[in-house]
Amino acid sequence: MANMCPYGRFTHAVVRGIPETFGKTAGEGRENGEVTVDQAKAQRQFGCLTGALRQKVGLQLIEIPPDPELPESWRVEDVAVIQGDTALITRPFKQQRRSEADAVRRVMSELNLTVVEMGDEQGDSGGATLEGSDVLFTGREFFVGISSHTNRRGAEVLADTFRDFAVSTVPVCGGARLKNFCSMGGPDTIIISNGDGAKKTLRMMEQLTDHHYDVLTVPEESAANCIYVRGPSKRDFLLHRPAEECPDSVSAFQKLPDYTLLPTACSEASKLGASLSSLCLLVNRKHTYF
Amino acid sequence: MTTEAGSETEVKEKAEESAAQPDQSETAKPESQEVANVEGGEKEKGKEKEKEGKEGKGITRYLPTWFKKQKSQTSPTKEVPATEEPVSKGVEGEEEPAPEVNGHAEEVEEKEEVKSEEVKEATQPESDSNASADTEPAKEEKVEDATAKSPEKTKDTAVGEGAEEEKKKEPEGHVEAETDGGESQTSIFQSPLRLVRKNKMKVVVCHVTLLDGTDFTCEVEQKRAKGQYLFFKVCEHLNLLEKDYFGLTYKDNHDEKCWLDPTKEIKRQIRSNNWQFAFGVKFYPPDPSQLTEDITRYLLCLQLREDVASGRLPCSFVTHALLGSYTLQAELGDHEPDQPRPLDFISQLTFAPNQNKEMEEKILELHKSHRGMTPAQADLQFLENAKKLSMYGVDLHHAKDSEGVDIMLGVCANGLLVYKDRLRINRFAWPKILKISYKRNNFYIKIRPGETEQFESTVGFKLQNHRSAKRLWKVCVENHSFFRLNAPEPPTKARFLTLGSKFRYSGRTQAQTRLASSLIDRPAPSFERTSSKRISRSLDGAPVISITEAGSETAENGRDHRLELHSDSKAEEVDLSPADVEAIPSQQQSPGRAEPALSQDLDKTQDEVLKHQASISQLKRSFMEAPPPSPPQPNQWEKRLTSSPATIRVQQHQVVSVPQTEAASADNASSETKEPAKTTEVEIEETVVIQEVSRAPKPGVVTVTADPTAAPPAEHEPQDQKVKVEEEAALAEVEDVSPMKPEKASSDSESEEEAEYHPNVPASISQSQIPEEKEEEEQMKEEEEEQQQASAPVVPSLPAEVSQPAEETSQEEEEEESKKEEMEVEEKKDDQEEKESGRETEDSTDDPMVTPEEAPEGLMVPEESAEAGPTEDLEQPKMNGEASLVEVDPRPQVICCSEPPVVKTEMVTISDTFAAQKTEIATKEVPIVHTETKTITYEAAQLDGNSDGEPGVLMTAQTITSESLCTTTTTHITKTLKGGLSETRIEKRIVITGDCDIDHDQALAQAIKEAKEQHPDMSVTRVVVHKETELAEEED
Repeated sequence: MANMCPYGRFTHAVVRGIPETFGKTAGEGRENGEVTVDQAKAQRQFGCLTGALRQKVGLQLIEIPPDPELPESWRVEDVAVIQGDTALITRPFKQQRRSEADAVRRVMSELNLTVVEMGDEQGDSGGATLEGSDVLFTGREFFVGISSHTNRRGAEVLADTFRDFAVSTVPVCGGARLKNFCSMGGPDTIIISNGDGAKKTLRMMEQLTDHHYDVLTVPEESAANCIYVRGPSKRDFLLHRPAEECPDSVSAFQKLPDYTLLPTACSEASKLGASLSSLCLLVNRKHTYF
Repeated sequence: MTTEAGSETEVKEKAEESAAQPDQSETAKPESQEVANVEGGEKEKGKEKEKEGKEGKGITRYLPTWFKKQKSQTSPTKEVPATEEPVSKGVEGEEEPAPEVNGHAEEVEEKEEVKSEEVKEATQPESDSNASADTEPAKEEKVEDATAKSPEKTKDTAVGEGAEEEKKKEPEGHVEAETDGGESQTSIFQSPLRLVRKNKMKVVVCHVTLLDGTDFTCEVEQKRAKGQYLFFKVCEHLNLLEKDYFGLTYKDNHDEKCWLDPTKEIKRQIRSNNWQFAFGVKFYPPDPSQLTEDITRYLLCLQLREDVASGRLPCSFVTHALLGSYTLQAELGDHEPDQPRPLDFISQLTFAPNQNKEMEEKILELHKSHRGMTPAQADLQFLENAKKLSMYGVDLHHAKDSEGVDIMLGVCANGLLVYKDRLRINRFAWPKILKISYKRNNFYIKIRPGETEQFESTVGFKLQNHRSAKRLWKVCVENHSFFRLNAPEPPTKARFLTLGSKFRYSGRTQAQTRLASSLIDRPAPSFERTSSKRISRSLDGAPVISITEAGSETAENGRDHRLELHSDSKAEEVDLSPADVEAIPSQQQSPGRAEPALSQDLDKTQDEVLKHQASISQLKRSFMEAPPPSPPQPNQWEKRLTSSPATIRVQQHQVVSVPQTEAASADNASSETKEPAKTTEVEIEETVVIQEVSRAPKPGVVTVTADPTAAPPAEHEPQDQKVKVEEEAALAEVEDVSPMKPEKASSDSESEEEAEYHPNVPASISQSQIPEEKEEEEQMKEEEEEQQQASAPVVPSLPAEVSQPAEETSQEEEEEESKKEEMEVEEKKDDQEEKESGRETEDSTDDPMVTPEEAPEGLMVPEESAEAGPTEDLEQPKMNGEASLVEVDPRPQVICCSEPPVVKTEMVTISDTFAAQKTEIATKEVPIVHTETKTITYEAAQLDGNSDGEPGVLMTAQTITSESLCTTTTTHITKTLKGGLSETRIEKRIVITGDCDIDHDQALAQAIKEAKEQHPDMSVTRVVVHKETELAEEED
């Protein structure tokens, strides 16, 4: 498959800065409205993350300036699903987040990615919602978590966009988003927490897949979300939560052979229901056709 | 009437058999009618032969069945045919038969229709007509039996040889009758005329659309040409050797694409006069790079290009472009910059359903990057990319889930996928699936319980209609077999009775075809790649070099019809002689009979083989028939019911002994109602599995299981070198079988709308080869089987009968000789009861059947004993004489048990070394499986071993795959300490699977011979021949 290569080969990372409205509930039903967050700390953590991606991992970083009007715009993962040279601009569950896509769309175009829109409210995709943090792409297939933010219609649009791949839907039991408790830890490795809900989701994924994945189980849910990149230097990098945030899970990452572990704090974003991977979009502009 | 009719039919059958084996045609029977019939049959056979010679392939096989059918049908009108036939017989001999064949063919067509609608019904009516004489109307089998019996009786009075011939013929006839079932009646009336005229074969022109869009035309015999014939013709034309991945499709009346079953007549499948077919990929190899030849990959590419262009194989824009670029590279070579046309040219080609300028430009751009790539490389790259597509090789079927939601079921190499819209919402890998079945428009899969689950669950889907459900089921069965099994599962063990389809995948599995492909030794054939336009450019450039293919094709054609062959073989066996004993459905185990029969059978079989090698079918028959000495009529019945051939043979033997025949006739009459059903079952049989189980309680026991279909040479290593064939026992067993048959018949009567398939347990093969698959289910099945076995002996039910007779024989043998071999012919018919009650029903059915016959002896198997008693005595001498040839010392007891044709049989085989008897598994859902199973067991007197269920040590497992056959030999060695004596039991199981005819006799003889050679210090205590034949499936 033209688009099929082992997971983790990225060349670019797209992030968006932390606005001063970070943590401010923008609209009705804000899930984290009562949480107090340290915006300055969040910005420091964000800086650590981007620094690691750029300097340690070696990715080209594209940083979209923050927009105070969009308090959640830093969660760029939600607004696009990128595979190969195609970027699907998603339709987040919250109406007020949908304008976040504009800036991302521009960046995608600048990267020469084929931009696919989910479409308006009308039409076939009417009512479809999809957020990137509910999409786990393994390099071989997609798992779409059906959650409070992503529905089946949204998954169908994704399946229609990435036709080369199997797109399986799995229930999200453990958290608000699929990737809150799982992520890719390598080309064939899934990191997942050992919570009951996560186990249930994992069983479903195992049932649905034609492939075999190694599973790395971590005791803390938030630790299961990592960023794996096989950088230009052909080394394996894993950004994970530091021991201060997930003391019990760090040892599990030691098992990964020849990995460069990059502890990256994410406590403030995590308070808002986000994860490490929520903060960036990873792109591979060097995929070949052979 | 009935008796006459029966005799006629039998005669015809016999005639057929005799015709098949002219040399063997033994003395004509004294009975005028019978003789006439027989003659007619012979003529028919001769005709058939002629036809065969003309057609050169599978057609002949078809013919026999037809003949048989006609015969059976004609039986009512016997008088007329008889007169005509006798005359013709003398002079015409072989020539006349051809016309008859035609007649048969016509009849067959008619029959087909009838059958298609309701085989059971048809059979019943026919049987009624026949039965009118017999008293019991219902089933053809009965009629046949009756006829057979009557002939036999007459024969007894008259000439023994003639009787034998008749017997042989009868079996065939029975088989035919069974298959034709409904048709028989019509045929009966028409038969005489038809016989005369049908010498000419109607030829029809088939149009096959090839993957490059060209049309291939091929003439085939309209009525009897099987799918295989046409398919091989096409492959020959394409110069394709790795053809197992491909198939032919046709559009049914509802314009839905169906795969042409290679083992069945084309005419019966297409259901219309539209002889239009398409050649295409049936099984998409998961790793095309493992294909051996470029031409195979090229054809796969053509298919995939079509799939992609039509949208059947969805892919992204980039992938479309990439695949298109490889297509250009393969067909046009390097991009020529000076060519002005590129875009214009490309736009004429179809690469994608929504092709646009942008895509074409991308294709061109990518094409430039492929410079230097050879066509073969480009094809390989194309495939390497295409195979990664998630929908590669997924065959989608519309369905609804239990809640009525529209979904798609995708069948692929790995299992069953469930899609809602484009989303995969569930997946059932083959290993997770315990059973696949359908009932009406419902499709069910039984899921192996997960780690945390305690019980297996069944998932149901609703298909659009019954046809869809059946089609999906068949696709599942085939895909599972092809991708998951090492060797095709023998068609279900005798699922005659069951309503469900007996359909099984008949070709080679991927493992087999890979092995075969690795042996391809020819220079890479040159072929032209056609432009993507796929208009008129043809691949015709490819010279038909296919050496192997041609050979195989011819071979296959000749062998094509397992069913027919089997049937023929059976019939022939009868004729041939005692040797047939092997094949014999050893119903009763009266020691005397069984032993001689075995020995005789073996010897005879060999002899026959030599004689008849030309006519493979005959040989097969002989295997089946071996046990004939058993009680005449009952045996016949049994044979017909379950593994017709064996029974038939038995009948012949019986014929010899007048009293027996009479008894049999009586039995037949009583059982006739059921017999028709049996006959249908016989038709169904397409796969023959020969299982030889030698149980040497003392020394090693060698179990040889051979699937007749595949491998002719079955190697049996009986530990006990002494193979005692108890003819009497065999006879008795045969009688028992007959009772069984009725049951089968009943099962047959059941609708075809259901079918089960137990993917995990690929019958005997799987056992030895695939231990991994043994799981909870298997164990359960095993247990069940064991239970069944246990119960069987006690219960009059078929299985029980089998075991009992064996025991009896064993005891007798023990008294007489320490080591005796019992030949057990187990015919298992699956009650097609849809539900779990299957077992019970089966038993019940068995019982009823048994009862009629049982009367006399009243022991475990009253029927058998009663019949066997008299007949055995009479027969034994004859049998012994014949049997004497057989190397086996002891008397083999032949026990015929009709096993329920439950798919679950798979489990059975796996479960125990001695599974042969256990093979019966109750089927909850009654799928109609078009498969007949015959099991012949030669068992030595020593029964000690029976008790031990000790797991033997799997010593060896060897699979030899040839072009058309797959022979798997597994050896289990069990050592037991008994009272200080150490007993070594070697059980050798030989499974021969193939899509061509298998010479059972030869295989069996070979196996026994080898066993003796390998273990001279041991004796063969038990030889079980289990034969499964897949019968032509009745189309919806």
